[in-house]
Amino acid sequence: MANNVDALYIFLLTVSALMTISIFTMIIFFAIRFRKRAGHQAEQIQGSHALEITWSVIPFCVFMVFFGWGALIYFKERKPPDNSAEVYTVAKQWMWKFEHMEGQREINELHVPVGRDVKMIMTSQDVIHSFYVPAFRIKQDVLPGRYTVAWFHPTKPGTYHLFCAEYCGTSHSGMVGSVVVMEPRDYEAWMGGGGNQPLAVTGERLFSELGCVTCHRSDTQGRGPNLVGLFNKPVLLEDGRTVTADENYIRESILQPAAKIVNGYKPIMPTFQGQISDEQLNALVAYVKSLGQQPTGQTGGRNMATATPKTQ
Amino acid sequence: MATAAVQPGERETYLNHQYGIKSWLLTVDHKRIALLYLMGITFFFFIGGFFALLIRLELLTPAGDLVQADTYNKLFTMHGQVMVFFFLIPAVPAVLGNFLIPIMIGAKDLAFPRINLLSWYLYMIGGVLMLYTIINGGVDTGWTFYTPLSTEFLNTHVITAGLAIFVAGFSSILTGLNFVVTTHRMRAPGMTWSRLPLFVWAHYATSIIQLLGTPVLAITLLLVVCERLFHLGIFNPALGGDPLLFQHLFWFYSHPAVYIMILPGMGIVSEIVCCFSRKRIFGYQAMALALLGIAVVGFLVWAHHMFVAGISLYAALIFSLLSYFVAVPSAIKVFNWTATMYNGSISYQTPMLYAFGFVGLFTIGGLTGLFLASLGIDVHVTDTYFVVAHFHYIMVGGMVMAYLGGMHFWWPKISGRMYPEGWGRLAALLVFVGFNLTFFPQFILGYMGMPRRYWDYSHSPEFQILNVLSTAGATILAVGYLLPMIYFLWSMRYGKPAPANPWNAAGLEWMVPSPPPTFNFDEEPVVTWEAYNYDEIKEEVPVAQ
Repeated sequence: MANNVDALYIFLLTVSALMTISIFTMIIFFAIRFRKRAGHQAEQIQGSHALEITWSVIPFCVFMVFFGWGALIYFKERKPPDNSAEVYTVAKQWMWKFEHMEGQREINELHVPVGRDVKMIMTSQDVIHSFYVPAFRIKQDVLPGRYTVAWFHPTKPGTYHLFCAEYCGTSHSGMVGSVVVMEPRDYEAWMGGGGNQPLAVTGERLFSELGCVTCHRSDTQGRGPNLVGLFNKPVLLEDGRTVTADENYIRESILQPAAKIVNGYKPIMPTFQGQISDEQLNALVAYVKSLGQQPTGQTGGRNMATATPKTQ
Repeated sequence: MATAAVQPGERETYLNHQYGIKSWLLTVDHKRIALLYLMGITFFFFIGGFFALLIRLELLTPAGDLVQADTYNKLFTMHGQVMVFFFLIPAVPAVLGNFLIPIMIGAKDLAFPRINLLSWYLYMIGGVLMLYTIINGGVDTGWTFYTPLSTEFLNTHVITAGLAIFVAGFSSILTGLNFVVTTHRMRAPGMTWSRLPLFVWAHYATSIIQLLGTPVLAITLLLVVCERLFHLGIFNPALGGDPLLFQHLFWFYSHPAVYIMILPGMGIVSEIVCCFSRKRIFGYQAMALALLGIAVVGFLVWAHHMFVAGISLYAALIFSLLSYFVAVPSAIKVFNWTATMYNGSISYQTPMLYAFGFVGLFTIGGLTGLFLASLGIDVHVTDTYFVVAHFHYIMVGGMVMAYLGGMHFWWPKISGRMYPEGWGRLAALLVFVGFNLTFFPQFILGYMGMPRRYWDYSHSPEFQILNVLSTAGATILAVGYLLPMIYFLWSMRYGKPAPANPWNAAGLEWMVPSPPPTFNFDEEPVVTWEAYNYDEIKEEVPVAQ
């Protein structure tokens, strides 16, 4: 991604430099060539539509290239690959909290293996923050009350700056950390044989402790919709709309169940707003996403270490 | 008591027409009100500049060692609020626009002289509230007031700062209203729309933005105050609100606000370039239409401030595309100014030096705007020093350059005195060099990834060298700004008396004496010429004395 952004940047720099130099050269040339001197009269010119159209249309065409190229990169940036490893992120004044699918938790440091696509599923506990890794050329604001998503594909081992890029109060400039990109075997060693409870397993436990399982049963007899295979599928709502069951939909359905009622069900679910922490919410979302998809736990498809790392 | 104060043998002007503090504070003369504004605006410019200097000194070293983190946050917040709302937005319209528009269209005054005075009082009330905020310990929301930080998480003077801007906003709305009505209703016989100086067109376009945009900002700030005071859930998700709604409302005004700042500057530059090239403007019609085009399309690009804020993919695409549309009229203006110089008879007095500076810096500011409008690049450089550099190239490199150019160009008209030309050229050079040294390194810092609003960058010592350059530039810039302040004041007493038309310039304002009499024209002028009729103006022979 960084290479794509830099290529566009260099293209923009080159075109802009050419435009700047040609305008500056013209101004300086005119200023000297047509300086005030005896016997020289200014020539009055009304203008020229032909010229004006030329220097509107040509820049416009160039601008459209800037637009199109930038949009292509942005499209890619906004669409994480399906098999990305997932890291749930909670930002707060003034720290970054990460939780891997395998259950490892980190503060202000994020360890990832080279070559694995990493999808950050992020929310904030207080104000707006922004997840910014300059070396990866990615930035995404992190908002309270919803998830936002960013992804990257680390290609070179090393330690990279992580900055908060949205002003968030007193220690905004102290809300920094690092992304540590490691060779896969170093990463395995760092992860150290587990011992942590995988996030989706935590979610499963919560799912039964909170009583969710009594209504959301894995058959069609429950008072709530069956959640197996729900993630990323269209859901028909009572009011006739269809929405995609993404992370924000699952999150909202837990915190504000009445916001979107699934067609054929009654609005009987109680709200969990204020009763579970952001971390617990993340675990529940991770569990619901895992239902009916790949196996959960140490070998889940959204884990860091499952897929064979691509080397580049 | 105000008394007639003209000495025998002295010509009566708007300055000596009456003396006494009351004759100023209760004046309805647009020229005197312009001077009242000039004082307020200059005061706030130096307050804002002082904050900027402290910011630059703090960033000289990576560690946060000059001031506390909270103090630094207040400094950049109040630098932004003071400069944007109490200098950049009112400066050109309220000072030069106020002074010149009635004269340029051949009118005795604005359409609503008393409302004009009311505008100044509203500006001053807002200014006093802002000063109260500063003196009482300040505010640290960032000039953008982003929620829920501003409504829920800070214990500083957010409410008074918000109200200060709210009140000053009404000054801006009323000034805009006054200019629109004046331009429609008060033009002298023969002063058709196609003969209006571009300075007037620029203010007309600006006024439309002020009228349509400012109320949205006022409502938004009021909602912030309500959420803070009464915990109404408007922007804070914990109360059921939406923080992105705030950003949409805020930028719906605050993006067009950039055009409130820069369009009047474009008007000034058109006047200056024509005068010192001795030429008609190249493509009058295109220049006037471009001003209106920027004003209209400028309302449709606000969400380009929000590409990483969490808006949808397709919203981002549309706003990126529309941002390129607004670049086209801007490009036309730059090319047409350049073409105006072609085969002219160009001289390099101070105002022209500022106009050169404006065109150059506005070009760089505009082109880097294209970087930011490109989605892929914006994700990386938004909220970094790249953005800081970009908008300073537009606002300081563009608008302040034009403002200073305009002040030098019309100073003989305003004060009746000439400023010292040598010092003027020196200051223009210092401003240009200092400005570039301050802000060019920030483009590089931004692409290297230095986020804006960072008090401490000790984790990234590689940012220091460029920050040192930037601070060095800022000190040169400060000298460049202090010099005109000093020699303008000096010239009021010691400057050479100015003739009616020291530049042999076209336009009605140069046909009245310097300084003009209270009612501008002895008899209503009848306009029979196009704007910028430099072919009809013989040099060295003033048109009227």
